[in-house]
Formats: sequence, structure tokens, C-alpha cells
Amino acid sequence: MDILFERIRIVSPLEQRDEVAYLWVRDGIIAYCDTNPPAGIPPTTERITAHGWMAAPGFVDMHVHLREPGQTHKETIATGTAAAANGGFTDIVCMPNTEPAIDSPAVVEYIRNRATGLVTVHICAAITLGRRGEVLSPMHELIEAGAVMFSDDGSCVRSAELMRRAFLYASPYDALLSQHCEEHSITEGFDMHDGAIAARLGLRGYPSVAEEVIIARDILLAEACGNRRYHISHLSTRGGIRLLRLAKAWGLRVSAEVTPHHFTLTHEAADGYNTNAKMNPPLRERDDVEAIIEALADGTIDAIATDHAPHTVDEKQQPFPLAPNGIIGLETAVGLALTELYHRRGLPLRRIVELMSVGPRRVLGLEQPRIAPGAPAVLTIVALDEEWTVEPERFHSKARNTPFAHWQLCGKPRFVLNNGMLWRCQL
Amino acid sequence: MHHHFLTIPQLGIERCQTILRLAEKLRHSDAVPQLGATVAVAFFEPSTRTRLSFELAAQRLGCHVVSFSAPGSSIEKGESFADTLRTLQAMGAQAIVLRHSASGSVHAAARVLARAALINAGDGMAEHPTQALLDARTLLDVFGSLDGKRIAIIGDCLHSRVFRSDYALFQMLGAQIGICAPPLLMPHLPKDAAVERFSDVDVALAWADAAVVLRLQRERMAAGLVPSLADYRRRYAVTLERIDRSSAYVLHPGPVNPGVELDAAAVEHPRSLIARQVTNGVLIRMAVLIEIVAPELVQQSFHI
Repeated sequence: MDILFERIRIVSPLEQRDEVAYLWVRDGIIAYCDTNPPAGIPPTTERITAHGWMAAPGFVDMHVHLREPGQTHKETIATGTAAAANGGFTDIVCMPNTEPAIDSPAVVEYIRNRATGLVTVHICAAITLGRRGEVLSPMHELIEAGAVMFSDDGSCVRSAELMRRAFLYASPYDALLSQHCEEHSITEGFDMHDGAIAARLGLRGYPSVAEEVIIARDILLAEACGNRRYHISHLSTRGGIRLLRLAKAWGLRVSAEVTPHHFTLTHEAADGYNTNAKMNPPLRERDDVEAIIEALADGTIDAIATDHAPHTVDEKQQPFPLAPNGIIGLETAVGLALTELYHRRGLPLRRIVELMSVGPRRVLGLEQPRIAPGAPAVLTIVALDEEWTVEPERFHSKARNTPFAHWQLCGKPRFVLNNGMLWRCQL
Repeated sequence: MHHHFLTIPQLGIERCQTILRLAEKLRHSDAVPQLGATVAVAFFEPSTRTRLSFELAAQRLGCHVVSFSAPGSSIEKGESFADTLRTLQAMGAQAIVLRHSASGSVHAAARVLARAALINAGDGMAEHPTQALLDARTLLDVFGSLDGKRIAIIGDCLHSRVFRSDYALFQMLGAQIGICAPPLLMPHLPKDAAVERFSDVDVALAWADAAVVLRLQRERMAAGLVPSLADYRRRYAVTLERIDRSSAYVLHPGPVNPGVELDAAAVEHPRSLIARQVTNGVLIRMAVLIEIVAPELVQQSFHI
């Protein structure tokens, strides 16, 4: 690998950097990065005219379902990480709802042994054994094995007492606990957001308050257990954002992510029983989307994460109530963030990079890569103004369950560099 | 061939009017057309009357009827919903009458069928359009027109596909709609929806020209949405006395839970239209089959 990006815009918020420069990467190491052209570039070096492109510290998706072990007909570690690289991510967090769940060091090791490519796979382990919400997982062993976060994702830890114990038990390691916030007693058997569309379609509703009561409960528990690190997965409601602001104002170590679909779509996308708009938490109302955009802009939200959830065509072809929840997101996230947030809503690029790179690493406690000579190349490179059409058949994911097929997007991932490797994105 | 018969809004006012008029013509015809088509009746959810009504309608039109019901079928062997429908289509069914417990199942089916036309015989809590058409036919028999007529829908509207189809069709035909349901069984309509809301069945009956009484499923009690039948009856049951105190006609999609949402004797009340609904059910389903399988006959029948 020997590649020179000429006149590329470097955006690295932690280094207070936003300038057009020459970026030369050799053998996985940043060889040169300066506003003046480098001298003595060998003729064998590949030169890329990168005008209108951005280089940022590698993007992180802290919420990905790789489906392996257990459901490799939907996705595998190989296809999931390929999709991540193709979508512009250098790092992902693998969520624990595999089969078996990531609730033992053996499963952590299994995944880490198979994830040895360009994309670095971090592990989110289960809070409880089998994600059943009954008994705590061996959290200490799991942390020693490399888990960076805990969650029973897909299920909420129902018992407040069990969640309280999890906070206390994990405290010697100052571990990060994340919650899929859903009061199951309210949402049992739900199909979509509880609103006018559900009423018209005869589908069972999941009211926003079911998400918010758990956020409120967990904020109080995290505080009561000594200000523990707590992360809200895929936040989707205005009320949830109000609670997050409150917790941050109290000085609590509470963070949150939102998905591209929750800042792009409303429950109307499910009209016509579109199972590719069925996920958990469901798409909400216009008012919620506006609240999310505000919170993304003002720094209340810490990260954009996809909740990449692959399912087969057959599974999604079932009648809406029977079709599984979830959509894939790895290969549309960068395009949607740039289109919706940067181009359409005018968020600064620095903010986009914070949400997709700096923020998730800070929440997870990961080392922040630098863009400086001598540093390993951990880079996401995007064409900021390139228009493209989402064509799911080009995806590297095994799955095709996206509501964004045929969308016109502006801004496209071009290269990712990580672990001494380089990937040319093909979207 | 018209493609698919899914929901009242998808049909639109013109197709609904055509079917309503055609049913009336069929009532007075000595000889009905013989279509000779193959009609599959695929019920993934148990039902007696809707299924018999469709089968009878198809037989009267000289169709070959293939009947399929989920229990005992290959569904239990794990054959998928989509595969089952594709199989029925490949076997030559021109129309598939589909009943399924999942809302939107007809839409899922429509996405996998290229040739066979679907007829929605009830999908989950979403729609039951032939029921709405037979209800409208019954009301038209009495009132001539629904324009400005007040129709109360009483009972578990939240979980009812009959409610959703009736609501859509009656509004399309110009009626005013009232809803009377306990708070936990009220549908979550938009705040600005043009409906009257009642929480007292006497007030609803006094307001209404006709009342559609919905069946109260026992499972609503198990789910804790109705604390007790006595509690429900106090405010929401359509009793004989309440009918006598009002001047409203009474409809019920059946089967009645006698003594729960409706008194057993009310079925025989002079203002009960329940028997007429059953008769009209067969006529409406014949009309639907003709409109789907042989639309050219619809044109002819109105030229005669």
C-alpha cells in the first residue's frame, strides 16, 4: 500500500484540524500530512485527486448485528465486516444477540478469532446469561476477554433490581452498560409506533412512553449506583432526548446513539405494510425526528450507530406482524448522514465526524486515532458531494432489508484504511 | 381481470358502488352468470361463516372451489406463507380468497403473486372489506342512501377489522360515524378525525340511525382490557331494553356472544338486520367474484 491523496480535506476535531492537505499513506502508516505538496514521491505511488473529498479518523459503528455464531443465513462475520468496510467504517461493535449469546469468554474469543481483517470488531457482551434477564453474565471475565460494553440488546433488562445489580457488579471495572430501552409490559406484541398509521393499518402500537420509562429508570439507577457509565441504544423519541439532556445537566455519565433511520424516516415509511420499515424501536413521528436532529446538532447525542440488523428476503416477505424487526444500515449510514445532516440540515462536517468517529470512541473508551505522520492509518475517506443511488444489489452485506433502496444520496464513502489494509468502497 | 381486492381505500368509491349495485341485481336475477373459474379459498385462520359464504358464492357462480385451511396443511410442516400462495397460483387459481390473522397479510401476499387476484377475507385487525360491503348493502336496503345517516359502531373497535373497513366505507358513502367503546378499546384515530365519540351506549343509540355492534373477544378479558363482563355490560352492551328505548337499526357481523355485547333476543328484534346481513353476504361475495374474475360481465349487466 502506497497511496497519496492530493488536496484532501482533513477533518479531525480532536486535533483541531480542518484543512486541505496532502495525505500520504505507506504500508498502513501515515507518511506525510501537510498543506504543502510532499517532495520525493516515488513514481510507483498511487496518486488520488481528492478534491472535494474528506479524510477523517476512521468511523465507528457501535451497534452492529453480525449474526455469527448462530444465524449465518442472515449475515456472517466475514460479510458483516465487509459491509462495514464498504460503508466506510474502520471499527464496529458486535452486539451480543448471537446464538449462543455473547455471555461467555468462549464466544468473545470465537468472534475475535474470526474478525482479523481490515475492520476492527469490538465486543458488546450480554448483561445477563442468554440475554434472558434472569442472572448476570460473568462480566468480569468478559471484560478481561475484551468486552467494551454490555447490553441485552433486543431485550430490555426488565427487572430494575437486576439492572441495579449489574451497575454495581460491573463497577470495579467502571464498565459501560447499555440498554435497549423498552418496557415490555407496554409493548408486548407490538408491530410499529403507536400513532395514526398503526391505527389505520390495524397494527399494534408501541407508544413512545414505553421507551422513555426505561430511560428514566436507568438514569436514576446509574446515579444511585455511584454515577455509572450508561449508554442509551438507538434513542428514538423527543421525550427520551429530554431525559438525556436532564441526565447530562445533572453531571451523569450518560450517553446516547441514534440511527440514521430514526433521523431520516417517520412511521409513515411503514405505510402499505412495508416490512423494511419495521424495526425496534419503531420509526416515530415528525416531531421526534426534529428533536433528534436538534440533539444531533447541539451535541446532546454522542454517536450515530446503525443497528445493522440483517434478515433474509423470505423473512421480510412475511405479513408485517410476523416479519422480524430490523434493517441493515452499514452501507447507507455515511451517505444518509452526509445527505440529511451535512447537506440538508447544514450540520458542520466537524460535527458529523464527532458523531461517527470521536463520539463513539469516547463513549466506548477506545483510543482516538490521529492523522499525523508516523501514526497508523485509521481513516475513513468520503467524497462529500458525490451523488449516488442506493443499489442494494451492490451491498457486501448478505442482506437486502433496507428501506433506502433507490434513494438518491449525496456523499459517498470511497476508502477505508485500518489494520495496515486499504479498502476501495464499491457502492 | 381486475387485480386484487385488498382494502376499502384501495378499492375506491367507484368499485365499491359497482359491487353494491351488482349485489342488488343478483338478488333479483333468476339466472346468475356461470364463470367456470378456479377459486382457492385459503384460510390461515379458522372461520366458519365467512368461509361458507365465499364457498357458496363461488359455487353459485359455477366456479371450481379449492379449499385450504392452515390446521392440517403443509403450513404445519413449515412451508412458508409465500410458498403456499405461489403454489395455489401455480395450480391455476384465478382468485385466491385469503383470511389470515396478521394485519397486512394480503399486502404481503400481493407482493409475491403475479397472476392470481387476491380477495381479502379478513386480515388481522386491518380490514374485512366484504363485511363492510355487505353491511353497507344491508343499510342501503333500509335507508336507500347513507348520505348524512348516523351510524354508530359499538364495542371493541381497537382490535376490529370490521370497524376499520366499515369506518372507511361508510365515510366514503357519506355517513356520519360514531364510535362507542371503553377507553382501552377505542381506536387511536387522529384527533381531528370526523367522528363522534361516545362512552355511553344509550347516548350512542339515541344519536344513531343504525348501530353496528362488534363482537367482544373473550381474549380481551384475559388480556385485562375488560375487567369484567358485568362492568362491560353496564355501559356498552346493546340490550333489548336499550334497543327499545332507541329507534336505531341493529347490525352485528357475527357470531354473536349472546348476553355479552348483544342480548340473544335482540337478534330477533324487528329492527335487527342480522339475518339480512347473512343473506347479503353471499350476494356481495358473488358480486366481488364477478367484478374480479369477469369484469366484462359487470359492464354487460348494467347495459341490460
